[in-house]
Amino acid sequence: MSGPQFRLPAHVPMGGRIDRETPLAFTFNGESFNGYAGDTLASALLAYGSFPLARSFKYHRPRGIYGAGAEEPNALVQLESGGRAQPNLRATQIELYGGLTATSVNAWPSVDFDLMRINDWLSPLFPAGFYYKTFMGGGLGAGRWWRLFEPFIRRAAGFGRAPTAPDPDRYERMNAHCDVLVVGGGPAGLSAALAAANRGCRVILADEQAEPGGDLLAGDRSIDDAPAMGWAAAALARLGAAPDVRVLDRTTVAGLYDDNFATAVESVGDRFGPGAPNHLPRLRLWRIRARQIVLATGAHERPYAFANNDTPGVMLGNALRHYAGRYAVVPGRQVLLGTNNDSAYRTARLLAQAGVGVTLADARETPPAALADAARNAGAAVEAGCAIAAVVGDRRVRGASIGRILPDGEISGAPRLVETDLIGISGGWNPALHLASHRGAKPAWQEEQACFAPGDLTPLGVRTAGAVTGVGSLADCLEQGYAAGRDAARAAGHTKRTRKPALKTGDETATAPIHPLWAVTSRRPGSRRNKSFVDLQNDVTVKDVALAARENYRSVEHLKRYTTLGMGTDQGKTANVTGLALMGMATGRTPEAVGTTTFRPPYTPIPFGALAGRDRGDLFDPVRETPMFDWHAANGAVFEDVGQWKRPYAYRRDGESLKAAIDREVRAVRNEAGVMDASTLGKIDLKGPDVATLLNRVYTNDWETLKVGRARYGLMCHEDGMIFDDGVTARLGDDHYVMTTTTGNAATVLNWLEMWLQTEWPDLQVFATSVTEAYATATVAGADGRKLVSGLESDIDWSDDAFPHMAVRTGTVLGVPARVFRVSFSGEASYEINVPAHYGLALWQALIDGGATPYGTEAMHVLRAEKGFIIVGQETDGTVTPHDLGMGWAVSKRKDFIGKRSYGRPDTARADRKHLVGLLPLDSKTVLPEGGQIVSDPAQEPPMTMLGHVTSSYNSPSLNGGFALALLKNGRNRMGDTVHILRLDEGADPARVVAPTFYDKDGGRMRG
Amino acid sequence: MLLIHCPYCGPRDETEFSYGGEADIARPLEPEALSDAEWADYVFMRTNTKGRFREQWVHSHGCGRWFTLVRNTVTHERGETGVFGGVVPEADG
Repeated sequence: MSGPQFRLPAHVPMGGRIDRETPLAFTFNGESFNGYAGDTLASALLAYGSFPLARSFKYHRPRGIYGAGAEEPNALVQLESGGRAQPNLRATQIELYGGLTATSVNAWPSVDFDLMRINDWLSPLFPAGFYYKTFMGGGLGAGRWWRLFEPFIRRAAGFGRAPTAPDPDRYERMNAHCDVLVVGGGPAGLSAALAAANRGCRVILADEQAEPGGDLLAGDRSIDDAPAMGWAAAALARLGAAPDVRVLDRTTVAGLYDDNFATAVESVGDRFGPGAPNHLPRLRLWRIRARQIVLATGAHERPYAFANNDTPGVMLGNALRHYAGRYAVVPGRQVLLGTNNDSAYRTARLLAQAGVGVTLADARETPPAALADAARNAGAAVEAGCAIAAVVGDRRVRGASIGRILPDGEISGAPRLVETDLIGISGGWNPALHLASHRGAKPAWQEEQACFAPGDLTPLGVRTAGAVTGVGSLADCLEQGYAAGRDAARAAGHTKRTRKPALKTGDETATAPIHPLWAVTSRRPGSRRNKSFVDLQNDVTVKDVALAARENYRSVEHLKRYTTLGMGTDQGKTANVTGLALMGMATGRTPEAVGTTTFRPPYTPIPFGALAGRDRGDLFDPVRETPMFDWHAANGAVFEDVGQWKRPYAYRRDGESLKAAIDREVRAVRNEAGVMDASTLGKIDLKGPDVATLLNRVYTNDWETLKVGRARYGLMCHEDGMIFDDGVTARLGDDHYVMTTTTGNAATVLNWLEMWLQTEWPDLQVFATSVTEAYATATVAGADGRKLVSGLESDIDWSDDAFPHMAVRTGTVLGVPARVFRVSFSGEASYEINVPAHYGLALWQALIDGGATPYGTEAMHVLRAEKGFIIVGQETDGTVTPHDLGMGWAVSKRKDFIGKRSYGRPDTARADRKHLVGLLPLDSKTVLPEGGQIVSDPAQEPPMTMLGHVTSSYNSPSLNGGFALALLKNGRNRMGDTVHILRLDEGADPARVVAPTFYDKDGGRMRG
Repeated sequence: MLLIHCPYCGPRDETEFSYGGEADIARPLEPEALSDAEWADYVFMRTNTKGRFREQWVHSHGCGRWFTLVRNTVTHERGETGVFGGVVPEADG
């Protein structure tokens, strides 16, 4: 690459936003380049010429930089590498920093030699809808072809590569509130922010660029006979001095939501690259709630289409103006500007002043005389009634043909060749109405400038000002901005009157109407490779739009999905309006009648890191640990996640397998005494005179008869009669109960009780309070359980007579207040000892010292399954009633409760529903797969008749073999039958249907 | 994200609230007196209103209180709020 030959020399008074004293070296596609502080990657590269730096999505045609901002469709790059890599960034929005490294995307093996260019030469085979017709249609074997070609197509398509290493950077989130949020720091936005700030509003001004100024940054505008950037600097100084004004530069407002909530992404450390100071987050996500919003988001220039308008060196006209005026870069010597409106004259003047040759082809027969004269005086040639027909050149612009344009966009006669190496195209302006669209504003067609402008959102507290409304003059922008800022302040309650500044904008002339022009066509046959692109990013051509119209994909939504127009990272910022206008011409409709697709957030792509913020790694989700956690961790516990809790699954001794540990723990409980950390059980404290009434209504069984000092098991159902929780509730006093819930359901159950108490039964006097974390719970269970607890220093009488099964006692244990529930989930005599959480570890240690074997959740599962005790969420799945589980004994027939009436519905009353049964594999060494489907005939051709599934399955050291619980259709009437359980891979295991209790069927052991 | 006016706490972000579906679905006082169809209507059927809709919300990450809110399901425009079984307190802002 030769030097930066297209950077204007320092004596040309342009390029006011770069700092020539601060050169920066960077690397692109492995080659070294130099730019200046203030450059973007795009401007620094363009100083070396408009060479190809990308390949197009479908045809892999060479592409160069096209725009100067968010609208850029072509110049997507992969920035940096490793964990910091960012794919598909717009080179036009990357601030240059020293040492920056970027590469092209979508080019294989390289941007200069791309094998996939063959797609371009084969393009007659790839019309719009090609993939759909070939692979997805109803044709014979279409699906087979897709499976064959998909990997190839996926590799050939697509842009950058997602980073594969973890992102080493930090991201953060900020919440902010303000009276007025101004989006866009151009003349309208600055004016609006000043007007609101002067009234004492809390103002946030967000601007996506490295410095506010918007269009003024090009440096060729004046306000009050002085350079307009001087006014902008003064405005920023005043905003900076105002209390409660926050100016966020490098901040893109990505989305607007209900009630004026906005999300914005601020580039903080990102602009310094990998060498950013450590204390800075890379990006900051702002969540802003504003009383009022002013959208001063400007407009994107749009092109008109002509043959090979994608050649590197064809750019947006106004982008050329910005590169010259802001960065002192003009990537050509002889510029051809094609336009149909006034704005290109400013570009022509500036480029002529920069010393390059300029030809301006204006599609209008009579351009405004004052503009044309001024352009000619500056040295530009003006061709009226002319448009660009085609580009000569493949990898860069070597010339172009222009001709007289007829009203329908066709060139009259033979176009003539003109010498040019840089083309600027200016087909009008599309207001950046994306954010207004997020709030539901329907775009309205404006005939004068042939554009869609946002509809009125004032009732929602959203106003628009400046180019986003479709106006073109600087005076209008300043005026509208002031008015919008003032009105927003008033609506936010700041009614202080201030004086409106009178500003003179010397460089304005009245704006003449545009001559709508969407695509130039020529009757002369061109090369097969001549293509006129509407959407550069998605390689959608004028012909593709016509094809969609012919095939009746006429709705704008169908047009988008059939041709991919407006998809991709740029979401059609330069393409949408042209595409729908062409569809309108093909179908005899106005652009307004065709309408637009809906813009949705984000305005420009947001890295996932910014959205995740600090909610990653250890901070992704809270981890809940019980007071005994450290002991578990130090004693071989293997943890499992139950909700957010870390629970010991089993405690492995040195050299012990997990299975051996579980078996040992089960045997310890059955033969000696075990202790389990049950602190995670949900505990809800219930107080008030009406607790029993509440319990009677939410549980299926009777609660009026529960005496103080006793506990009872209950099933909780929804109104459809299906079980959603179970647990034991104990009565501690006349008006005081404590309810336990399953570990994962504690919050759900409390919310459930609150909902009924507040919305349906406000007359019931009950307070429900979560006390889950106030207590630590150690469950002592086993043949020697009572002996063990009797050894604790306590005032509780542990004898079976004084403290029988299903009783609750309060007293002291180890000198601290304790509640002890004698309830059993293991089938052995069992004591749930609750002490204040901070004493949990001491209690636990005392029990271990007393000889208890710690056991984990898996041993607990085995023990309870041997007894046929259910686990909600394992034996139930929201379609299971108490009767299905054989727990009709827990359902009252005398009283009403939530869900009761549903048991009379025909489906719930069926006798052949799925019932809970036990399964014993015929081969006792088999452990059936949980979730395994049950069939009666494993040889049946699919689809097989499925009878149910295995809900729990374990190896039992007590039974010396595998056993399972299952939900089986009509299961209670199949006792003794042999069924088959399908394995997860292939084959099936036979098993005998038995009652779902495998151990101590009369329950004598747990009663002591 | 909606800004919801909790009648007890004032305007708060939607993320502090949980949705409770259609309001005014009173639990039948005598379920056993209902036909299966009437019971099923209470348990399963909701109006799925397009337009102004009275619904229940709970300020789950705030005061924990349930209240009713009229919301336009098309535009999100909010109407009056109501409280259950008591007097509307003074909202603080």
